[in-house]
Amino acid sequence: MNVGLEHYLLVSAALFSLGLLGVIMRRNLLVIYMSLELMLNAANLALVAFSRFNNNLDGQVMVFFIITVAAAEVSVGLALIVALYRKRASAHVEDLTTMKL
Amino acid sequence: MKLEDYSWIVLLLPLAAAAIITLFTQRHGKLSAQISIAAVATSFLLSLFLLITLRETSHAISAINWLAIGNLKVEIGLRLDHLSLLMLLIVTGVGGAIHVYSWGYMQADRCVSRYFASLSLFTFSMLGIVLANNFVMMFIFWELVGVSSYLLIGFWYEKASAADAAKKAFITNRLGDFGFLLGIILIWATLGSVEFDALKTTLAAHPAALGSMAGVAGLLIFCGAMGKSAQFPLHVWLPDAMEGPTPVSALIHAATMVAAGVYMLCRVFFLYEAAPAWPECLAFLNGITALNIISWIGGFTALLAALIAVQQNDIKRILAYSTLSQLGYMVMAVGLAAPGAGMFHLTTHAFFKALLFLGAGSVIHALHHEQDIWKMGGLKKKMPVTFWTFLVGTLALCGVPPFSGFYSKDAILAAAADPVHGNVGLFILAVLVAALTTFYMFRLIFVAFLGPVKDQAVDQALESPGIMVWPLRLLAVPSVLAGFWGLELFIGGAFGETAHALSWHEKIFAPLNHSPLAALFGLFATMVGLGAAWQLYAKAVQDPLPEKLGLLSRAMRNRFYFDEIYRVLIAITHELLSRLANWFDRWIVAGLMVRGTHGTTELFGRALRLAQTGNLQTYAFLFAAGVVLVLWFVLGH
Repeated sequence: MNVGLEHYLLVSAALFSLGLLGVIMRRNLLVIYMSLELMLNAANLALVAFSRFNNNLDGQVMVFFIITVAAAEVSVGLALIVALYRKRASAHVEDLTTMKL
Repeated sequence: MKLEDYSWIVLLLPLAAAAIITLFTQRHGKLSAQISIAAVATSFLLSLFLLITLRETSHAISAINWLAIGNLKVEIGLRLDHLSLLMLLIVTGVGGAIHVYSWGYMQADRCVSRYFASLSLFTFSMLGIVLANNFVMMFIFWELVGVSSYLLIGFWYEKASAADAAKKAFITNRLGDFGFLLGIILIWATLGSVEFDALKTTLAAHPAALGSMAGVAGLLIFCGAMGKSAQFPLHVWLPDAMEGPTPVSALIHAATMVAAGVYMLCRVFFLYEAAPAWPECLAFLNGITALNIISWIGGFTALLAALIAVQQNDIKRILAYSTLSQLGYMVMAVGLAAPGAGMFHLTTHAFFKALLFLGAGSVIHALHHEQDIWKMGGLKKKMPVTFWTFLVGTLALCGVPPFSGFYSKDAILAAAADPVHGNVGLFILAVLVAALTTFYMFRLIFVAFLGPVKDQAVDQALESPGIMVWPLRLLAVPSVLAGFWGLELFIGGAFGETAHALSWHEKIFAPLNHSPLAALFGLFATMVGLGAAWQLYAKAVQDPLPEKLGLLSRAMRNRFYFDEIYRVLIAITHELLSRLANWFDRWIVAGLMVRGTHGTTELFGRALRLAQTGNLQTYAFLFAAGVVLVLWFVLGH
């Protein structure tokens, strides 16, 4: 079986959908956070696949940037979650409804 | 400095006096009075100087540009011609005498500084009207006169009746001024200028320049005169204005302010010489000129006020209605195309009516503010100077030769008898009014000064002090002499009439040569009035007329119920209007617009609030759904 671009894109779309589902459905902030990372990596996968099949390195360069930014984001996000947990003693999204007045 | 520039000093001196008194000398009544009197006296001397030096020139103007918006150019300009020079002299001369008298009359008042400041402000405003060379400037000073009159009528503002009278005068005047303003705008819109000279030139070159609006413009401008000169139906404020101090009544409501309307009509008389025409919707007025309407309003006011004066008992109110009646005469003269006669009567009337008011003030002062003539009587012995000067004023008002009133009244009667512009109906009316005038004035003289003493207060009455008596003497002189000084010819110069010089003894008999019919009828009317007054009031202790006339007398006494009619009319219309406004405010403004806006906003807010759960995952879901939707839109189509 010959593996083509569409196979990679399908995997990427499946990963992205799973990540989105996780973000929407899961309760624990940490899990939601991991699901977010999953969505980012799904996008990375699509970019790398396009880069490979179009013979163009731009996509891979973009992926490096995404990974770097994601690392920075993770550290900030985790710090926020820790701070929140210390304050509320809970990491469940149902408890975080202060956005509603 | 050119000669006419001195008129600025005449104009601004009283204003300076008012400012100085208000700012610095509030607490020093005597000093305030001196400043005010000095200002008006200097103005008087300067006016006299200007009159003597400029009497040969037709007119001189000293002007500065004030504002220019597009085509509208407005100057603050002072115009000196025969009309304004004469009026300057009346305002500052009679005004000066009254200023001096005021010091005697008001000395005991606490707020004498405020009084003199208002008086000076009034003098300034009045001089502004007199000197104005365009409509806008005249209108500004017109309103200023209204304000200062408000201040002076309501001088004793603690008295409710005085405060009400001040409001009434101001508001009634505003009604007329509204028409005046509309007229000015109309004239500016059609002729493109507000300056008297420019307008006069335009109208002289094209008499039909105003088109079909000529009649309307004339009547609208007349509205202003109707308010200030208290013509029917806006006459109701003048009698009430007598609530002010008596010198104020003499200055404003006899000699100057009420004359402003007549003066203005004379000033813009060229408007009424334009071809008379009416717009389509007023076609029923074709054949009648604006002047006809003005003359009939004047005549009607004269008769109405004279009838009311016959049955008044308050000495000041009799004089007030007499003023109304004489103003009606003047307006009628203007309407009969004889503005010269109107101005002539205005001049003589200013002298003798100011004299009469000051005389009445002297009596009121002596009797400790008693104004009912049926509580006087026998004052001739107690107050000889007041009596004799009052008699001079009365004789002048009644038109007894050779007093000044005879000549001016005769000029008006002659105008009414004139074959070209005259009108038989108005002539008869004017003669009737002349008879009534004599009747009510001698009723006043007989009851208050000659007849039996009717109240003990009279026994304690003393002649007023010199400062009050001297102005009376001073005003009595022109009241006698103003008739045959050639004033008429001087005024005629303002209207382009040719003067023919007469020696003074010819002038005395001029009316008999000029228009014997008018003179004889006038004299006859005077004698009838005098005879009737003698018959009824020479020995009367109480008024015999109510028994003889019954209902008519009661109507006269109650001023033909004008105030009551107005009250009802205003109550009805005002009530209706306020109900309408209230409904509109409650349901349209507050209900529909304010609460409507607020209601819909709140409704949307409540609906949108449901979407805001505060739950992170709902937002994420909605966001993703939105993205899907957008993608479907972008890629699907």
